[in-house]
Amino acid sequence: MNNLETSRRGFLKMMTAAGGGLIVGVPLAGCANTIKPQIISESGAYKADAFIQISPSNNIHFYLPRSEMGQGVYHGLTTLIAEELFTDPDLIQVHHGHVDEAFINDEYGVQGTGGSNSIKVHYLPLRQAAANTRDALLIAASSKLGVAVSTLELRNSHIIHNGTEHPFADFIDVASQNEMPTVAALKDPKNFLFIGKDRKRIDAAAKTDGTAQFGIDVDFPGLQRAVLTRCPVRGGTVKSYSDDAAKLMPGVTAIVVIDNGVAVVAESYWQARQASNVLEIEWDLPELAQFNSSNFKQVMQAAMDEDDGNEAHKEGAGAKALVAGKTFSAEYWAPYLAHATMEPMNCTVKIEHGRCEVWLGCQAPDIAQGLVAIYAGVDRDNVTINSTFLGGGFGRRAYADYAVEATQIAKASGLPVQLIWSREDDTQNDYYRPASLVRFNASVTESGLIDTLVAKRAGPDLMPYQIDSALPAIVPSFVPLGLTEWLAERSRFVFEKLIVDEASVEGLVEDYDVPNKELRHVTVDPGLPCGAWRSVGHSSAGFFKESFIDELAFESKQDPVNFRLNNSKKDQRFHEVLRLVAEKANWSKPKYAGASQGIAAHSSFNSRAAQVAEVSVINGQITVHRIVCAIDCGLVVNPDVVKTQMEGCINFALTAALYGNIDVVEGVVQQSNFHDYPILRMDAAPEIEVYIVPSQDAPTGVGEPGVPPLAAAVANAIFVATGQRLRSLPLTLG
Amino acid sequence: MIQFELNGQSVTTDVSPDTPLLWAVRDHFKLKGSKFGCGMGLCGACTMHLDGDAIRTCVLPIAAVQGRQITTIEGLSPVDTVHQVQQAWIDHNVPQCGYCQSGQIMSASALLAQNSTPSDTEIDSAMQGNICRCGTYPRIKQAIKVAAKAIQNNSGVAYFIPEKITAKESQV
Repeated sequence: MNNLETSRRGFLKMMTAAGGGLIVGVPLAGCANTIKPQIISESGAYKADAFIQISPSNNIHFYLPRSEMGQGVYHGLTTLIAEELFTDPDLIQVHHGHVDEAFINDEYGVQGTGGSNSIKVHYLPLRQAAANTRDALLIAASSKLGVAVSTLELRNSHIIHNGTEHPFADFIDVASQNEMPTVAALKDPKNFLFIGKDRKRIDAAAKTDGTAQFGIDVDFPGLQRAVLTRCPVRGGTVKSYSDDAAKLMPGVTAIVVIDNGVAVVAESYWQARQASNVLEIEWDLPELAQFNSSNFKQVMQAAMDEDDGNEAHKEGAGAKALVAGKTFSAEYWAPYLAHATMEPMNCTVKIEHGRCEVWLGCQAPDIAQGLVAIYAGVDRDNVTINSTFLGGGFGRRAYADYAVEATQIAKASGLPVQLIWSREDDTQNDYYRPASLVRFNASVTESGLIDTLVAKRAGPDLMPYQIDSALPAIVPSFVPLGLTEWLAERSRFVFEKLIVDEASVEGLVEDYDVPNKELRHVTVDPGLPCGAWRSVGHSSAGFFKESFIDELAFESKQDPVNFRLNNSKKDQRFHEVLRLVAEKANWSKPKYAGASQGIAAHSSFNSRAAQVAEVSVINGQITVHRIVCAIDCGLVVNPDVVKTQMEGCINFALTAALYGNIDVVEGVVQQSNFHDYPILRMDAAPEIEVYIVPSQDAPTGVGEPGVPPLAAAVANAIFVATGQRLRSLPLTLG
Repeated sequence: MIQFELNGQSVTTDVSPDTPLLWAVRDHFKLKGSKFGCGMGLCGACTMHLDGDAIRTCVLPIAAVQGRQITTIEGLSPVDTVHQVQQAWIDHNVPQCGYCQSGQIMSASALLAQNSTPSDTEIDSAMQGNICRCGTYPRIKQAIKVAAKAIQNNSGVAYFIPEKITAKESQV
C-alpha cells in the first residue's frame, strides 16, 4: 500500500489498512486448493473447497471471503467464480463467509477486508479455485458419460454434450470420489464472458427492495434491545449510578454495568433509549479529559520545533540537499474526522449453553470472534459469527469494540441482546482519522525539476489503537488478557520511540522523481482513539503533498499539469493518469463559465488516481461543479463498479474537504449528529466523469484511491479562483 | 390502541404513542427495510410515505398516523413486481452499501408520484433530506430521470395504490 519499504519485513509484520486489521504473521492458510473435495453429509452438497459448493438441486453456492460494505466485492468476487464456471453471476447464490482459515486475507493474516486489496488478492486464487471445480466436474462428466473431456462444453451450471444439457449436480457424486485438480488451466482473458464487462451488481436488487440484511435488521423471538450510556470522555468508567427511575420504565428487562458504561436492556429499542435517558451516572474521568483540540495545532507545532523526530525514509542527501535561500516551505493541517457510516454500529449476541452466536457486519470477523470469546468466557470454537451486509465500513468496522460491548451486555444480563448505537454514540465513540500537521521544505532547479523534498509530520499514530483493540483476539488463547493488555500498552512506546507507523507518513513524499528526499515523524497523541479512515494516511497525505506540489509549480512559474508531468517521468502509470485527466478535463478551459480548475494526483493501494476539479467562488461560497477523474487500477473486473467507487471516493472526500471537522473540549467530542457533522448532500454533489486507463496488469485497489487527490484538486482550483492558498482542512476562505 | 394502514393492511398496535413510527414498524411489525440513521430527521434513511408524502419516521410519533396510510419500501410495489424507481436504481448500479437506499427510493417515488417531470433543481430539493455516505448522488439523479420517463410513458409498474384503502381520517 506504500511505495516505501520501511521496516516492513520481519516475523511479526504489521501494517495498517482501511479496515484490514493489522497483524500479518505467517499466513495461517493458503488458498482453497489445499482442501480436499468432500460430500457434506447433511445436505449432500459437493463442497469443492471452502468457497464453492454445488448442491444436488444444482445451485452453485459461493462463500464470500471478504465483507461487502458497498465497495462491490459481493459482485466482483462472484464474477471471478462465475467466469471460470461459465455461469452467469446472477445464477450464483452468495453467502457472507463465516470465520474460516481459508478466508484469511493473505496480505494481513487475519480475515480482514480493507486496504482496497480484495480483487488484488483474490483475482487469481479464486479463479483457480473455480477452475479446479470446473475441471473436477468435467472429469467426472467425462467418466460418467463415457466421452472425452474435449467433447464437453459448459454454460450456466450445466455441462453440454452433443446438445444435451446435464446439470453440474449430475456429476458431484463422481467428482467427490476423485482427487481435486489443483492446477486447472485458467481461461484466456480474450475468452472472458464477464470479467471486464459492465454489469449490474448482483446485490442491487436486494438493496432496492429492502430485503438486504444488515446487522441492525437481525431479529428473532426473545431478542432484547440494548442501549449503552458511555462516559462523555472516551475511556471513562462508571463511578456510581442510580437506575431507580430507569428500571421502572416500560419494557425494561435488565440494567447492567459494563466496562464502557451502563446498559439498559428492553423489549424494544425505543423503550431502551427512553429508559437510558433517566439514568443518573457519575464518571471517573480518564486523562483524555485534559485534552482540548482548539490548541492542538500549536501543541503539534511546538513538538515539531523541539523534536527532530524519527526518520521514516531518506533518499540521496535528504534534507542536507536543501539550498539555503532557495528553499520553499509550507505547513498544512487536517483535523480529526469521524467515519459516519450510515448504519450506526450494532451487534447481536446470544450466549447459551456454553456457546455464543453473534450477528454483525464487520470488516474483521475473526477478530470479532476472538474478542467475543474472551468476553463471553467461551471457547473461540464455540463462537459462531454470522456476517451481514455492512451499512458502510470505510475502516470503522475494522474495530470490533461494538461486539465487545454487546457481548458484555449479553453476558451480564443473561439475555440475547442487540446493542444499537445512536448517531450520537457513533459520532462520539469513533476511531477517528488522526489530526495531522505536516511541514514541507523543497528546492526546485532553474529548469523546474524538484531537487529536494523534505516532509515532517506530527500527530497520533494508528497502530497502538489497532493493537489495543485487536491484540487479545489474535494472540493464542492461553495468553491471559492482562498480558495482552500489557503488550498493547508497550506498543505505544514502540511507535513513539522506535519505529514510524507507516500509516502516519504514507504518501507524503512519493510519486515524483526527486533525487533527495527525507521524511521524519513526531508522534503527538492526546489519547483520542484513532483508526483507519478510507485511504488511511493517504487520505490527508494526498491533500498535503498535492497542495505543496501545486505551490512549487506556482513558485517556479510553471503550469501545474506540466510541472507534475515533468517531475514524474519514472512512474509511467502516474504520468499517464495525469496526462489523461488533463486531456479529458480540457485543462485550462473549464466547462463551467467562470469556474477555475485545479489538479491533483496521488498513488495509493498500488493504483494511480488523478483528478481535475472545476470550482467557483462567489461571495465567499465554494461551489464544486465538476470532477474529472482518471484511474489506473490494473485489469478491471467490472468497469462500471470502478466508476461507482471513484464517484463514491470523490463525494466522500468532498465531505471532508468542505465540512469535516471533529472538535474536542475537555476530552468530549463536540459533534454529535448530521447537523453539526454535515455530510455532502445531493445539491452540493458535483458532476463526475471517470476515465479508466486500459490495462492488462494485475488488478490493484479501487475502493480508496479516489479519495486522496480530491481535497487538493479543489484547494488548488480555489487558489486559481481567489489567490488564497488554503492550507487547512476543511477548506475555509479567509 | 393506534390503528393505521400499513402497506394496504389495516393494523393496530398498543405501543406507547410517543414511539417513533420507524421503531414501531421495525420492532413491532418486523418490517426491516426502513433504516435508522440519525434519530433526528436529518438523514432520510427512515423515509416512508404518509398518505403519499415522503416523511422522516424516526421523529414521527406513531400517534400521528392514527387512521392514515403508511407505505414502506416493502409496500412500494405489489409482491414480485418492481417499481420503476427500483428498476432504474438496479439498471444504473445505484446502490453501494445500500443502507440509505430504501429511504432514497421512498423520497424519489413520492416526488415522481407528484411530479413526473422534475427539473434538476426540483430533484435536488426533493432529495435534499436523504444522505448517502457512499456518495451515489450522480447515479440517483440519473436514475430518477430515467424512472420519470418510464412513468411518463406509463411503462413498468404504476405507482402502487393499496387495494384496501379506507377513507382518510385525521384523528391525530
